[in-house]
Amino acid sequence: MLNVIWLGLILISIIVAAWNGRIEVINQAAFEGAKTGVTVAFGLLSVIAFWMGMMRIAEKAGLMELFAKALAPIVRRLFPDIPDGHPALGYILSNMSANLLGLGNAATPMGLKAMEELQKLNPDKQTASPAMCTLLAINTASITLIPTTMIAIRMQYGSANPVEIVGSTLLASFAATIFAILLDRWYRHRTKRRSR
Amino acid sequence: MVQWVSLLSLWAIPFLIAFILVYGLHKRVPVYESFVEGARGGLVTVIKILPHLIAMMVAITMFRISGALDLLLKVLEPFIEWLHIPAEIVPLALLRPLSGTGSLAIATDIIAQYGPDSLLGKLAATMQGSTDTTLYVLTVYFGAVGIRNGAYALKVGLWSDLAGVIASIIVVYMIFL
Repeated sequence: MLNVIWLGLILISIIVAAWNGRIEVINQAAFEGAKTGVTVAFGLLSVIAFWMGMMRIAEKAGLMELFAKALAPIVRRLFPDIPDGHPALGYILSNMSANLLGLGNAATPMGLKAMEELQKLNPDKQTASPAMCTLLAINTASITLIPTTMIAIRMQYGSANPVEIVGSTLLASFAATIFAILLDRWYRHRTKRRSR
Repeated sequence: MVQWVSLLSLWAIPFLIAFILVYGLHKRVPVYESFVEGARGGLVTVIKILPHLIAMMVAITMFRISGALDLLLKVLEPFIEWLHIPAEIVPLALLRPLSGTGSLAIATDIIAQYGPDSLLGKLAATMQGSTDTTLYVLTVYFGAVGIRNGAYALKVGLWSDLAGVIASIIVVYMIFL
């Protein structure tokens, strides 16, 4: 699927650019896009290195298992495949709480640690497990309590009440998240039924 | 409520850092060595993600700069009019699942043009703030652990982006109109 999207985006772009007689923009876009990729990755490097360092301390102190056990009933329903008290649950919870608080910077490293733990449980290392798909569904829709970036931009452009969009954002993202979880459930059951 | 929430957001990270360190010390964890060890792991993760990000960013930048995005918008125009979605918001809705920085640029542009307190400005802010960039999340999360076959995750992500866009429009119209 990702193969098709990637190939499609590039081929369509080249055809459209050629049709418009501006094929030279493709060269420019290839260079610029690659540069953006590197910039984004290096932007991630600082936060990921920092949070993974902090998380390693938390892990060694046994905080992840503690966190996972305390809040297990909540995530149990979302992730039925993960065994009780598994550290993956702790990371998933940290990831969800960071998303909720609008701490996107901290959410990604925790989500990646959760993926590493889920990969250990995954029987087929090349194919996403149902738990991974659920984690991604929650993260792509991500319930947002505080949309920090948009509040900052509204402030910058002189809004009378920059935080006015907090309520509407929370409602919209809540709706999207519920939809994502239900759809994920539906696909999960369908795949299970098919493989039987 | 809003003040309480932003205060919580402000204090969450300092509190978390202090809590982890103090708890680690209490459990006699070698905090400095553990931190460095974990940070080194983070380095490996980013190196794993880097090629995926370059691949995606190239494709998305090409799609935007080549005019293919504008073409797609033109094709979708009658459908959009039929749905009564403001035309100005459509590029944002289309780019939102593909590129976080790209859609942020469009949202900022709408806010700058129509004002942060206009209906369009509020809609742009809500739409941008309410979902995360699906393609980016998939690239990074799957890339970090070497998943090749993402099963149905992409479909779920893209459909819920559409749900997020529709929900944003409905909610903003209901609250602010």
